[in-house]
Amino acid sequence: MLGALAALILTSKGWPNVRETFFDWNAFKDAFPDVLDGFWLDIKIFMVVEIAVLALGLVVALVRSSGAPALFPFRLLAASYTDVFRGLPVILVVYLIGFGIPALELSGVPSDPVVLGGVALALCYAAYVAEVYRAGIESIHPGQTSAALSLGLTSAQSTRHVVLPQAVRRVIPPLLNDFIALQKDVALVSILGPLEAFRVAHIEASSTFNYTPLLAAAVLYLAVTVPLTRVVDHVTARDRLLRSAGAPV
Amino acid sequence: MSAAPPVLEVQGVTKSYGGVEVLRGVDLSVREHEAVALIGASGSGKSTLLRCIDLLEEIDDGDVLLDGEVITDPSVDPVRARRSLAMVFQAFNLFPHLTVLDNVLLAPSRAHGMQKEAAADSARELLARFGLGERERDYPDRLSGGQQQRVAIVRALATRPRALLLDEITSALDPELVGEVLEVVRELKAEGMTMLIATHEMGFARDVADEICFLHEGRILERGAPGRVLAEPERPETQRFLRRLLAAGRV
Repeated sequence: MLGALAALILTSKGWPNVRETFFDWNAFKDAFPDVLDGFWLDIKIFMVVEIAVLALGLVVALVRSSGAPALFPFRLLAASYTDVFRGLPVILVVYLIGFGIPALELSGVPSDPVVLGGVALALCYAAYVAEVYRAGIESIHPGQTSAALSLGLTSAQSTRHVVLPQAVRRVIPPLLNDFIALQKDVALVSILGPLEAFRVAHIEASSTFNYTPLLAAAVLYLAVTVPLTRVVDHVTARDRLLRSAGAPV
Repeated sequence: MSAAPPVLEVQGVTKSYGGVEVLRGVDLSVREHEAVALIGASGSGKSTLLRCIDLLEEIDDGDVLLDGEVITDPSVDPVRARRSLAMVFQAFNLFPHLTVLDNVLLAPSRAHGMQKEAAADSARELLARFGLGERERDYPDRLSGGQQQRVAIVRALATRPRALLLDEITSALDPELVGEVLEVVRELKAEGMTMLIATHEMGFARDVADEICFLHEGRILERGAPGRVLAEPERPETQRFLRRLLAAGRV
Protein backbone atom coordinates (compact mmCIF):
# COMPACT_ATOMS: atom_id res chain seq x y z
CA MET A 1 0.00 0.00 0.00
CA LEU A 2 2.59 2.52 1.14
CA GLY A 3 4.95 1.28 -1.53
CA ALA A 4 2.33 1.80 -4.20
CA LEU A 5 1.65 5.27 -2.90
CA ALA A 6 5.37 6.08 -2.89
CA ALA A 7 5.74 4.72 -6.41
CA LEU A 8 2.80 6.80 -7.56
CA ILE A 9 4.33 9.97 -6.11
CA LEU A 10 7.87 9.27 -7.30
CA THR A 11 6.77 8.55 -10.88
CA SER A 12 4.37 11.49 -11.09
CA LYS A 13 5.04 14.12 -13.68
CA GLY A 14 5.50 16.91 -11.12
CA TRP A 15 7.81 14.95 -8.81
CA PRO A 16 11.11 16.46 -10.05
CA ASN A 17 9.68 19.90 -9.37
CA VAL A 18 8.34 18.98 -5.97
CA ARG A 19 11.64 17.35 -5.04
CA GLU A 20 13.45 20.54 -5.85
CA THR A 21 11.13 22.90 -3.99
CA PHE A 22 10.39 20.74 -0.92
CA PHE A 23 13.31 18.36 -0.54
CA ASP A 24 16.36 20.42 -1.36
CA TRP A 25 19.09 19.18 0.99
CA ASN A 26 21.20 22.30 0.68
CA ALA A 27 18.25 24.56 1.35
CA PHE A 28 17.42 22.36 4.36
CA LYS A 29 20.96 22.69 5.74
CA ASP A 30 20.96 26.45 5.20
CA ALA A 31 17.59 27.04 6.80
CA PHE A 32 17.78 24.58 9.68
CA PRO A 33 19.85 26.67 12.17
CA ASP A 34 17.56 29.70 11.79
CA VAL A 35 14.42 27.59 12.04
CA LEU A 36 15.84 25.86 15.10
CA ASP A 37 16.49 29.30 16.68
CA GLY A 38 12.86 30.12 16.02
CA PHE A 39 11.79 26.81 17.47
CA TRP A 40 13.24 27.66 20.87
CA LEU A 41 10.71 30.47 21.00
CA ASP A 42 7.96 27.91 20.30
CA ILE A 43 9.21 25.79 23.16
CA LYS A 44 9.33 28.74 25.52
CA ILE A 45 5.83 29.88 24.60
CA PHE A 46 4.59 26.32 24.93
CA MET A 47 6.01 25.84 28.41
CA VAL A 48 4.75 29.12 29.83
CA VAL A 49 1.32 28.76 28.23
CA GLU A 50 1.00 25.14 29.38
CA ILE A 51 1.62 26.12 33.01
CA ALA A 52 -0.94 28.94 32.72
CA VAL A 53 -3.42 26.53 31.11
CA LEU A 54 -3.05 23.92 33.85
CA ALA A 55 -3.59 26.55 36.56
CA LEU A 56 -6.42 28.49 34.92
CA GLY A 57 -8.17 25.29 33.80
CA LEU A 58 -8.08 23.93 37.35
CA VAL A 59 -9.56 27.12 38.80
CA VAL A 60 -12.37 27.14 36.24
CA ALA A 61 -13.08 23.43 36.81
CA LEU A 62 -13.18 23.87 40.60
CA VAL A 63 -15.59 26.79 40.29
CA ARG A 64 -17.83 24.85 37.91
CA SER A 65 -17.84 21.71 40.07
CA SER A 66 -18.48 23.51 43.35
CA GLY A 67 -21.98 23.30 44.72
CA ALA A 68 -21.77 26.35 46.99
CA PRO A 69 -24.76 28.64 46.35
CA ALA A 70 -22.58 31.72 46.97
CA LEU A 71 -20.47 30.80 43.95
CA PHE A 72 -23.43 30.77 41.56
CA PRO A 73 -22.43 33.95 39.63
CA PHE A 74 -18.90 32.60 39.25
CA ARG A 75 -20.23 29.25 38.05
CA LEU A 76 -22.23 31.07 35.41
CA LEU A 77 -19.16 33.06 34.41
CA ALA A 78 -17.01 29.92 34.24
CA ALA A 79 -19.63 28.10 32.17
CA SER A 80 -19.90 30.99 29.70
CA TYR A 81 -16.13 31.16 29.47
CA THR A 82 -15.75 27.49 28.56
CA ASP A 83 -18.65 27.71 26.09
CA VAL A 84 -17.23 30.72 24.28
CA PHE A 85 -13.59 29.70 24.11
CA ARG A 86 -14.27 26.10 23.15
CA GLY A 87 -16.60 27.36 20.45
CA LEU A 88 -14.15 29.68 18.71
CA PRO A 89 -11.38 28.70 16.27
CA VAL A 90 -8.04 29.28 17.99
CA ILE A 91 -6.79 31.27 15.00
CA LEU A 92 -9.67 33.72 15.41
CA VAL A 93 -8.91 34.26 19.10
CA VAL A 94 -5.24 34.85 18.25
CA TYR A 95 -6.27 37.53 15.73
CA LEU A 96 -8.80 39.18 18.04
CA ILE A 97 -6.47 39.39 21.01
CA GLY A 98 -3.25 39.92 19.08
CA PHE A 99 -4.54 42.80 16.97
CA GLY A 100 -7.53 43.95 19.02
CA ILE A 101 -5.86 44.57 22.36
CA PRO A 102 -3.01 46.79 21.03
CA ALA A 103 -5.54 48.72 18.96
CA LEU A 104 -7.28 49.75 22.17
CA GLU A 105 -4.09 51.66 23.10
CA LEU A 106 -4.61 51.03 26.80
CA SER A 107 -1.71 52.03 29.01
CA GLY A 108 -0.21 49.27 31.11
CA VAL A 109 -1.58 46.51 28.91
CA PRO A 110 1.17 44.57 27.18
CA SER A 111 1.33 44.86 23.40
CA ASP A 112 4.14 42.35 22.87
CA PRO A 113 2.78 39.91 20.25
CA VAL A 114 4.44 36.95 22.00
CA VAL A 115 2.60 37.78 25.22
CA LEU A 116 -0.72 38.44 23.49
CA GLY A 117 -0.43 35.31 21.37
CA GLY A 118 0.37 33.32 24.51
CA VAL A 119 -2.66 34.81 26.27
CA ALA A 120 -4.90 33.85 23.35
CA LEU A 121 -3.61 30.26 23.35
CA ALA A 122 -3.91 30.02 27.13
CA LEU A 123 -7.53 31.23 27.07
CA CYS A 124 -8.52 28.70 24.40
CA TYR A 125 -6.72 25.72 25.87
CA ALA A 126 -7.67 26.42 29.49
CA ALA A 127 -11.31 26.10 28.41
CA TYR A 128 -10.64 22.59 27.09
CA VAL A 129 -8.47 21.59 30.03
CA ALA A 130 -11.09 22.87 32.50
CA GLU A 131 -13.59 20.44 31.02
CA VAL A 132 -11.07 17.61 31.23
CA TYR A 133 -10.44 18.35 34.92
CA ARG A 134 -14.17 18.64 35.54
CA ALA A 135 -14.87 15.26 33.99
CA GLY A 136 -12.21 13.83 36.31
CA ILE A 137 -13.63 15.52 39.39
CA GLU A 138 -17.14 14.33 38.61
CA SER A 139 -15.96 10.77 38.03
CA ILE A 140 -14.96 10.47 41.69
CA HIS A 141 -17.63 8.60 43.67
CA PRO A 142 -19.61 10.89 46.03
CA GLY A 143 -18.91 8.39 48.82
CA GLN A 144 -15.33 9.69 48.86
CA THR A 145 -16.53 13.18 49.73
CA SER A 146 -19.02 11.80 52.28
CA ALA A 147 -16.21 9.90 53.98
CA ALA A 148 -13.91 12.92 54.02
CA LEU A 149 -16.59 15.25 55.40
CA SER A 150 -17.75 12.75 57.99
CA LEU A 151 -14.17 12.50 59.28
CA GLY A 152 -14.25 16.25 59.92
CA LEU A 153 -12.43 17.60 56.88
CA THR A 154 -13.72 20.88 55.47
CA SER A 155 -15.04 20.73 51.95
CA ALA A 156 -11.89 22.52 50.70
CA GLN A 157 -9.71 19.92 52.44
CA SER A 158 -11.84 17.14 51.01
CA THR A 159 -11.33 18.52 47.51
CA ARG A 160 -7.63 19.09 48.04
CA HIS A 161 -6.68 15.81 49.72
CA VAL A 162 -9.30 13.33 48.57
CA VAL A 163 -11.03 14.32 45.31
CA LEU A 164 -8.33 16.15 43.32
CA PRO A 165 -5.48 13.65 43.73
CA GLN A 166 -7.72 10.90 42.36
CA ALA A 167 -9.31 13.07 39.66
CA VAL A 168 -6.00 14.39 38.29
CA ARG A 169 -4.55 10.89 38.10
CA ARG A 170 -7.50 9.79 36.01
CA VAL A 171 -7.24 12.61 33.47
CA ILE A 172 -3.49 12.56 32.83
CA PRO A 173 -3.86 10.88 29.40
CA PRO A 174 -6.40 13.42 28.02
CA LEU A 175 -4.36 16.26 29.54
CA LEU A 176 -1.27 15.04 27.69
CA ASN A 177 -3.28 14.94 24.48
CA ASP A 178 -4.13 18.60 24.96
CA PHE A 179 -0.41 19.25 25.56
CA ILE A 180 0.34 17.89 22.10
CA ALA A 181 -2.37 19.92 20.42
CA LEU A 182 -1.12 23.07 22.15
CA GLN A 183 2.48 22.40 21.15
CA LYS A 184 1.40 22.44 17.48
CA ASP A 185 -0.90 25.43 17.80
CA VAL A 186 1.93 27.60 19.12
CA ALA A 187 2.70 28.12 15.39
CA LEU A 188 -0.45 30.26 15.23
CA VAL A 189 1.35 32.97 17.19
CA SER A 190 3.34 33.55 13.98
CA ILE A 191 0.36 35.47 12.59
CA LEU A 192 1.22 38.27 15.00
CA GLY A 193 4.82 38.49 13.79
CA PRO A 194 7.16 36.82 16.31
CA LEU A 195 9.97 34.90 14.66
CA GLU A 196 9.05 31.41 15.77
CA ALA A 197 9.91 28.31 13.73
CA PHE A 198 7.02 28.37 11.30
CA ARG A 199 7.40 32.06 10.52
CA VAL A 200 11.18 31.84 10.09
CA ALA A 201 10.68 28.92 7.75
CA HIS A 202 8.00 30.77 5.87
CA ILE A 203 10.18 33.86 5.42
CA GLU A 204 13.08 31.78 4.16
CA ALA A 205 10.79 29.90 1.84
CA SER A 206 9.37 33.04 0.28
CA SER A 207 12.76 34.66 -0.14
CA THR A 208 14.30 31.65 -1.89
CA PHE A 209 11.16 30.37 -3.62
CA ASN A 210 11.93 27.01 -2.02
CA TYR A 211 9.66 25.35 0.55
CA THR A 212 12.28 23.09 2.10
CA PRO A 213 12.61 25.33 5.22
CA LEU A 214 8.99 24.45 6.05
CA LEU A 215 10.07 20.84 6.09
CA ALA A 216 12.78 21.76 8.58
CA ALA A 217 10.09 23.23 10.82
CA ALA A 218 7.96 20.11 10.36
CA VAL A 219 10.85 17.90 11.45
CA LEU A 220 11.30 19.98 14.60
CA TYR A 221 7.61 19.82 15.51
CA LEU A 222 7.60 16.07 15.01
CA ALA A 223 10.73 15.74 17.13
CA VAL A 224 8.67 17.01 20.07
CA THR A 225 5.17 15.75 19.35
CA VAL A 226 6.03 12.16 18.43
CA PRO A 227 7.85 11.42 21.72
CA LEU A 228 5.00 13.16 23.59
CA THR A 229 2.51 10.93 21.80
CA ARG A 230 4.49 7.86 22.83
CA VAL A 231 4.38 9.08 26.44
CA VAL A 232 0.59 9.41 26.20
CA ASP A 233 0.26 5.89 24.79
CA HIS A 234 2.50 4.53 27.51
CA VAL A 235 0.64 6.29 30.32
CA THR A 236 -2.75 5.28 28.92
CA ALA A 237 -1.70 1.66 28.58
CA ARG A 238 -0.25 1.56 32.08
CA ASP A 239 -3.41 3.16 33.41
CA ARG A 240 -5.58 0.54 31.76
CA LEU A 241 -3.36 -2.24 33.06
CA LEU A 242 -3.42 -0.91 36.62
CA ARG A 243 -7.15 -0.40 36.53
CA SER A 244 -7.85 -3.92 35.33
CA ALA A 245 -5.50 -5.26 37.98
CA GLY A 246 -7.45 -3.32 40.59
CA ALA A 247 -4.48 -1.28 41.73
CA PRO A 248 -4.96 2.29 42.97
CA VAL A 249 -5.76 4.73 40.20
CA MET B 1 -29.37 7.29 86.47
CA SER B 2 -27.47 10.52 85.95
CA ALA B 3 -29.14 13.62 84.59
CA ALA B 4 -26.61 14.04 81.79
CA PRO B 5 -28.30 14.53 78.41
CA PRO B 6 -28.03 11.70 75.89
CA VAL B 7 -24.97 11.86 73.63
CA LEU B 8 -27.21 11.82 70.58
CA GLU B 9 -30.78 12.92 70.31
CA VAL B 10 -33.02 13.05 67.27
CA GLN B 11 -36.28 14.98 67.60
CA GLY B 12 -39.01 14.96 64.99
CA VAL B 13 -36.59 14.79 62.06
CA THR B 14 -38.15 14.84 58.59
CA LYS B 15 -36.44 14.63 55.24
CA SER B 16 -37.76 14.29 51.73
CA TYR B 17 -36.09 13.98 48.35
CA GLY B 18 -38.01 15.46 45.47
CA GLY B 19 -41.41 15.03 47.08
CA VAL B 20 -40.73 11.58 48.53
CA GLU B 21 -40.78 11.61 52.31
CA VAL B 22 -37.93 9.40 53.47
CA LEU B 23 -38.06 10.38 57.15
CA ARG B 24 -41.45 11.35 58.59
CA GLY B 25 -40.65 12.52 62.08
CA VAL B 26 -38.05 10.34 63.77
CA ASP B 27 -37.36 10.51 67.51
CA LEU B 28 -34.43 8.66 68.96
CA SER B 29 -31.80 8.98 71.62
CA VAL B 30 -28.54 7.25 72.39
CA ARG B 31 -27.05 7.57 75.85
CA GLU B 32 -23.38 7.39 76.70
CA HIS B 33 -21.91 3.87 76.32
CA GLU B 34 -25.16 2.71 74.78
CA ALA B 35 -25.57 0.95 71.44
CA VAL B 36 -28.83 1.42 69.58
CA ALA B 37 -29.56 -0.76 66.57
CA LEU B 38 -31.71 0.50 63.72
CA ILE B 39 -33.44 -2.28 61.84
CA GLY B 40 -35.84 -2.12 58.95
CA ALA B 41 -36.19 -3.03 55.30
CA SER B 42 -34.02 -1.48 52.60
CA GLY B 43 -35.43 1.93 51.80
CA SER B 44 -36.95 2.38 55.25
CA GLY B 45 -34.67 5.38 55.82
CA LYS B 46 -31.89 3.94 58.00
CA SER B 47 -29.02 5.30 55.91
CA THR B 48 -30.73 8.64 55.39
CA LEU B 49 -31.23 8.99 59.13
CA LEU B 50 -27.55 8.31 59.83
CA ARG B 51 -26.48 10.75 57.10
CA CYS B 52 -28.79 13.41 58.53
CA ILE B 53 -27.32 12.92 62.01
CA ASP B 54 -23.79 13.28 60.59
CA LEU B 55 -24.96 16.45 58.77
CA LEU B 56 -24.15 14.93 55.38
CA GLU B 57 -27.76 15.69 54.43
CA GLU B 58 -29.75 18.73 55.41
CA ILE B 59 -32.92 17.89 57.31
CA ASP B 60 -36.24 19.54 56.48
CA ASP B 61 -37.56 19.78 60.02
CA GLY B 62 -36.75 18.71 63.57
CA ASP B 63 -33.49 18.78 65.52
CA VAL B 64 -30.41 16.67 65.99
CA LEU B 65 -28.67 17.20 69.33
CA LEU B 66 -25.14 16.20 70.26
CA ASP B 67 -24.43 16.40 74.00
CA GLY B 68 -27.44 18.66 74.34
CA GLU B 69 -26.43 21.09 71.59
CA VAL B 70 -28.67 21.46 68.54
CA ILE B 71 -26.16 20.75 65.76
CA THR B 72 -28.71 21.13 62.99
CA ASP B 73 -29.11 24.80 63.94
CA PRO B 74 -27.94 27.01 61.05
CA SER B 75 -25.61 28.88 63.41
CA VAL B 76 -23.63 25.73 64.16
CA ASP B 77 -20.59 25.01 62.01
CA PRO B 78 -21.30 21.56 60.54
CA VAL B 79 -17.58 20.81 60.24
CA ARG B 80 -17.13 21.19 63.99
CA ALA B 81 -20.12 18.95 64.69
CA ARG B 82 -18.92 16.27 62.27
CA ARG B 83 -15.56 16.20 64.01
CA SER B 84 -17.30 14.85 67.12
CA LEU B 85 -19.01 12.06 65.21
CA ALA B 86 -17.64 9.39 62.91
CA MET B 87 -19.38 7.26 60.38
CA VAL B 88 -18.51 3.90 58.83
CA PHE B 89 -20.09 3.23 55.45
CA GLN B 90 -21.53 0.17 53.79
CA ALA B 91 -19.10 0.48 50.84
CA PHE B 92 -16.09 1.26 53.13
CA ASN B 93 -15.29 4.48 51.19
CA LEU B 94 -11.59 4.16 51.87
CA PHE B 95 -9.40 6.60 49.94
CA PRO B 96 -7.88 4.43 47.19
CA HIS B 97 -4.94 6.77 46.51
CA LEU B 98 -3.71 6.63 50.10
CA THR B 99 -2.08 3.79 52.00
CA VAL B 100 -3.87 2.22 54.95
CA LEU B 101 -1.85 4.34 57.36
CA ASP B 102 -2.49 7.56 55.43
CA ASN B 103 -6.21 6.78 55.27
CA VAL B 104 -6.21 6.62 59.06
CA LEU B 105 -3.94 9.65 59.46
CA LEU B 106 -5.65 12.09 57.10
CA ALA B 107 -8.35 13.33 59.46
CA PRO B 108 -6.33 13.45 62.71
CA SER B 109 -3.52 15.42 61.08
CA ARG B 110 -5.59 17.67 58.78
CA ALA B 111 -8.88 18.15 60.60
CA HIS B 112 -8.11 17.51 64.24
CA GLY B 113 -4.83 19.37 64.50
CA MET B 114 -2.84 16.45 65.87
CA GLN B 115 0.93 16.40 65.50
CA LYS B 116 1.83 14.07 62.64
CA GLU B 117 4.11 11.96 64.85
CA ALA B 118 1.64 11.55 67.68
CA ALA B 119 -1.15 10.83 65.21
CA ALA B 120 0.97 8.21 63.46
CA ASP B 121 1.81 6.52 66.75
CA SER B 122 -1.79 6.20 67.81
CA ALA B 123 -2.88 5.18 64.30
CA ARG B 124 -0.31 2.35 64.31
CA GLU B 125 -1.46 1.30 67.75
CA LEU B 126 -5.10 1.13 66.60
CA LEU B 127 -4.18 -0.76 63.41
CA ALA B 128 -2.15 -3.26 65.41
CA ARG B 129 -5.00 -3.75 67.88
CA PHE B 130 -7.37 -4.73 65.09
CA GLY B 131 -4.91 -7.05 63.37
CA LEU B 132 -3.91 -4.64 60.62
CA GLY B 133 -0.42 -3.75 61.78
CA GLU B 134 1.23 -5.52 58.86
CA ARG B 135 -0.89 -3.74 56.28
CA GLU B 136 -0.15 -0.07 57.00
CA ARG B 137 1.82 0.45 53.78
CA ASP B 138 -0.69 -1.33 51.54
CA TYR B 139 -3.23 0.40 49.36
CA PRO B 140 -6.85 -0.43 50.20
CA ASP B 141 -7.51 -2.61 47.16
CA ARG B 142 -4.79 -5.03 48.19
CA LEU B 143 -6.95 -5.86 51.22
CA SER B 144 -9.92 -8.18 51.61
CA GLY B 145 -13.33 -6.61 52.13
CA GLY B 146 -13.24 -7.49 55.83
CA GLN B 147 -9.84 -5.89 56.23
CA GLN B 148 -10.97 -2.80 54.33
CA GLN B 149 -13.95 -2.36 56.59
CA ARG B 150 -11.77 -2.80 59.67
CA VAL B 151 -9.48 -0.09 58.32
CA ALA B 152 -12.54 2.12 57.84
CA ILE B 153 -13.50 1.51 61.48
CA VAL B 154 -9.98 2.32 62.63
CA ARG B 155 -10.04 5.47 60.48
CA ALA B 156 -13.25 6.53 62.23
CA LEU B 157 -11.89 5.69 65.70
CA ALA B 158 -8.70 7.68 65.07
CA THR B 159 -10.75 10.88 65.24
CA ARG B 160 -11.79 9.94 68.82
CA PRO B 161 -15.51 10.42 68.19
CA ARG B 162 -18.15 10.95 70.86
CA ALA B 163 -20.32 8.46 68.97
CA LEU B 164 -19.93 6.07 66.06
CA LEU B 165 -22.52 5.81 63.29
CA LEU B 166 -22.38 2.44 61.54
CA ASP B 167 -24.29 2.21 58.27
CA GLU B 168 -24.84 -1.46 57.38
CA ILE B 169 -21.14 -2.05 57.61
CA THR B 170 -21.34 -5.76 56.73
CA SER B 171 -23.86 -5.60 53.87
CA ALA B 172 -21.21 -5.35 51.16
CA LEU B 173 -19.10 -8.19 52.55
CA ASP B 174 -18.88 -11.82 51.53
CA PRO B 175 -20.58 -13.92 54.24
CA GLU B 176 -17.35 -15.43 55.52
CA LEU B 177 -15.92 -11.95 56.19
CA VAL B 178 -18.86 -10.63 58.20
CA GLY B 179 -17.72 -12.19 61.47
CA GLU B 180 -14.36 -10.43 61.72
CA VAL B 181 -16.00 -7.02 61.28
CA LEU B 182 -18.79 -7.67 63.77
CA GLU B 183 -16.18 -8.88 66.25
CA VAL B 184 -14.57 -5.43 66.13
CA VAL B 185 -17.91 -3.78 66.91
CA ARG B 186 -18.48 -6.17 69.82
CA GLU B 187 -15.10 -5.17 71.22
CA LEU B 188 -15.96 -1.50 70.88
CA LYS B 189 -19.23 -2.10 72.69
CA ALA B 190 -17.37 -3.84 75.49
CA GLU B 191 -15.18 -0.75 75.83
CA GLY B 192 -18.22 1.44 76.14
CA MET B 193 -18.25 3.16 72.75
CA THR B 194 -21.52 4.99 72.08
CA MET B 195 -22.97 3.69 68.83
CA LEU B 196 -25.93 3.96 66.50
CA ILE B 197 -25.93 0.92 64.25
CA ALA B 198 -28.02 0.36 61.15
CA THR B 199 -27.89 -3.35 60.47
CA HIS B 200 -29.50 -6.37 58.85
CA GLU B 201 -27.73 -8.79 61.18
CA MET B 202 -30.37 -9.59 63.78
CA GLY B 203 -28.22 -11.98 65.79
CA PHE B 204 -25.58 -9.32 66.08
CA ALA B 205 -28.15 -6.66 66.97
CA ARG B 206 -29.48 -8.88 69.75
CA ASP B 207 -25.97 -9.40 71.20
CA VAL B 208 -24.69 -5.87 70.98
CA ALA B 209 -27.60 -3.46 71.18
CA ASP B 210 -29.13 -2.08 74.34
CA GLU B 211 -32.15 -1.02 72.36
CA ILE B 212 -33.56 -1.91 68.96
CA CYS B 213 -35.55 0.55 66.87
CA PHE B 214 -37.64 -0.74 63.99
CA LEU B 215 -37.81 1.84 61.20
CA HIS B 216 -40.66 1.51 58.73
CA GLU B 217 -41.50 3.99 55.98
CA GLY B 218 -39.62 6.80 57.65
CA ARG B 219 -40.98 6.30 61.18
CA ILE B 220 -39.84 4.32 64.19
CA LEU B 221 -42.77 1.96 64.67
CA GLU B 222 -41.44 -0.08 67.52
CA ARG B 223 -38.58 0.09 69.98
CA GLY B 224 -37.40 -1.75 73.02
CA ALA B 225 -34.99 -4.28 74.46
CA PRO B 226 -33.60 -6.57 71.74
CA GLY B 227 -34.98 -9.73 73.33
CA ARG B 228 -38.45 -8.27 73.43
CA VAL B 229 -38.55 -6.64 69.97
CA LEU B 230 -37.03 -9.60 68.17
CA ALA B 231 -38.86 -12.34 70.08
CA GLU B 232 -42.24 -10.74 70.69
CA PRO B 233 -42.74 -7.91 68.23
CA GLU B 234 -46.00 -6.05 68.86
CA ARG B 235 -46.58 -4.34 65.53
CA PRO B 236 -47.73 -6.38 62.53
CA GLU B 237 -45.14 -4.55 60.34
CA THR B 238 -42.34 -5.66 62.67
CA GLN B 239 -43.66 -9.20 62.69
CA ARG B 240 -43.84 -9.28 58.91
CA PHE B 241 -40.30 -7.85 58.57
CA LEU B 242 -38.84 -10.41 60.97
CA ARG B 243 -40.77 -13.26 59.32
CA ARG B 244 -39.26 -12.32 55.98
CA LEU B 245 -35.76 -12.25 57.43
CA LEU B 246 -36.41 -15.61 59.06
CA ALA B 247 -37.53 -17.05 55.73
CA ALA B 248 -34.32 -15.73 54.17
CA GLY B 249 -32.32 -17.41 56.92
CA ARG B 250 -30.97 -14.15 58.31
CA VAL B 251 -32.02 -14.49 61.97
